[in-house]
Amino acid sequence: MATTWAVFRRELKGYFNTPLAYIFIVIFLFLTGIFTFYIGSFFIRGQADLKPFFNFHPWLYLFLVPAISMRLWAEERKSGAIELLLTLPLSLWSTVLGKFLAAWVFVIIALALTFPMWLTVSYLGQPDHGVIIASYLGSVLMAGGYLAIGACISAATKNQVIAFVISVVVCFLFTVSGAPIVLDFFAAWAPQALLDAVASFSFLTHFNAIQNGVIDLRDLIYFVSLIGLWLFANLLVIDLQKSS
Amino acid sequence: MDWMIEVEGLVKTFGHLTAVDGVSFNVPKGEVLGFLGPNGAGKSTTMKMITGFMAPTAGTVRVAGHDVDQQPIAAKAQIGYLPEGAPAYPDMTPLSFLNFIADVRGLDSATRRRRLDYVIANVHLEAVLEQSIDTLSKGFKRRVGLAQAILHDPPVLILDEPTDGLDPNQKHEVRGLISDMAAEKAIIISTHILEEVDAVCSRAMIIAEGRIVADGTPEELEQQSPFHNAVLIDSRDEGLAEALEAMETVSLVEELQGGRFRAYPTAGQTIVAEIAELIRQQGWSTSRLSVEPPRLDEVFRNFTKTKAGSGGKPGAKNDAKNNAGEAA
Repeated sequence: MATTWAVFRRELKGYFNTPLAYIFIVIFLFLTGIFTFYIGSFFIRGQADLKPFFNFHPWLYLFLVPAISMRLWAEERKSGAIELLLTLPLSLWSTVLGKFLAAWVFVIIALALTFPMWLTVSYLGQPDHGVIIASYLGSVLMAGGYLAIGACISAATKNQVIAFVISVVVCFLFTVSGAPIVLDFFAAWAPQALLDAVASFSFLTHFNAIQNGVIDLRDLIYFVSLIGLWLFANLLVIDLQKSS
Repeated sequence: MDWMIEVEGLVKTFGHLTAVDGVSFNVPKGEVLGFLGPNGAGKSTTMKMITGFMAPTAGTVRVAGHDVDQQPIAAKAQIGYLPEGAPAYPDMTPLSFLNFIADVRGLDSATRRRRLDYVIANVHLEAVLEQSIDTLSKGFKRRVGLAQAILHDPPVLILDEPTDGLDPNQKHEVRGLISDMAAEKAIIISTHILEEVDAVCSRAMIIAEGRIVADGTPEELEQQSPFHNAVLIDSRDEGLAEALEAMETVSLVEELQGGRFRAYPTAGQTIVAEIAELIRQQGWSTSRLSVEPPRLDEVFRNFTKTKAGSGGKPGAKNDAKNNAGEAA
């Protein structure tokens, strides 16, 4: 636990030692603004909620989260620091977890900085704060899901560009499996059970459910187990490289 | 004897390539073992397996009694490791980096302060503590890596080329540091620099193509040199070569350029006194009479240029050492 904390602190500080953190946060805030106000027609809708804001999070994360996760292990492998890290008296779990949590907290910090949206909508009307809190929670969980996927893929290569591209593709699959474009393709011929199964793999399905203000245990379990599984895969990838 | 490092039948293959091919040795406390060998001989790979970074294809490693594969955390806690190239986190400062290592190593605050002071003073990092590591010179980076390795005062130190990239003064200092710690620790260093072996190692091992081809004290290895105890004579006198060849203890006389001769002794003999006597008796004028200085590099070259060079004396010596280890 203490060692997870040590890894976590080092990693999180590492983000703010480089311009990466600031660039990421600025771009994240800029894009959420554009999506919400221009593409999401925040004002024209005339409704006091943050739906246009949250609706675009999956698509934003699809590109921005792999940009965070791509360096998690690949950079370490490239610089050789991984040799140092893996020969310290740390369990592999505490390393994997410490790194993941630091990246997650970093994304949460960026997300927290969108609070002016919440203030704006509260100023303009009477939004349902419960729904907004639930949506933030859903967004955090979804970001964790994207990050866990990206972390695992980053562990498999020392090339950050490759890590980024593959992560985006895998994250895309996990996103669109719930989008109409995919579901319509199955809907024509597949049984409903298969349709549901495909949709249930999607971040969109679960995120939309939470966004409606209902935090269903199944959605929580989905995200938590997805994160757990990908982190376990991450650990296996690191462990396998020891003997290759 | 209490072995701090026990390596048994270590093998590592990468696909078709065998990087380490059945390496066994033990290191007790107080010994500084030098790994010598050409690039790609398997020195670093052996170190990576001892420190638990790589899993061996076959064989076992025990560090301070802990099997590195079975109890990795207990074993790693006993090791200080400077990996090849001294990697660190480039955007950290040496101070924050060392604090991170102290966190992970679980040093309490009093120990941490004491060890940080010791390490920073002895590795001479005072001037760069607050500078980010990627702006440091190669020598400073190496010293940060060394500081990190000895921070927790480990009983076992594995240093992969600790003086690479340092200038002669820094090399001297690092060697002094290693020698100071030697009595209390079991240390393995790898190096290309043969004088370093003489300077700090109490035992040297030549590794070639993944095998140990020679193992002994630096002096023992020097005796394997074809030039061991050979005598150089500069003389213009007639009949010198013939007279030397006639001596029973001389196996061969080689004529070099410019009236210089090199006389090789038969095994185990010292011939310089006899030759001096001969010269005096004959009243020859010699401008030079000297014993060849010890040359580890000749030994090194001999052992590493012959491809499968495991035969002969050094192999026997190696076996004897290992048997002694098992009996203990």
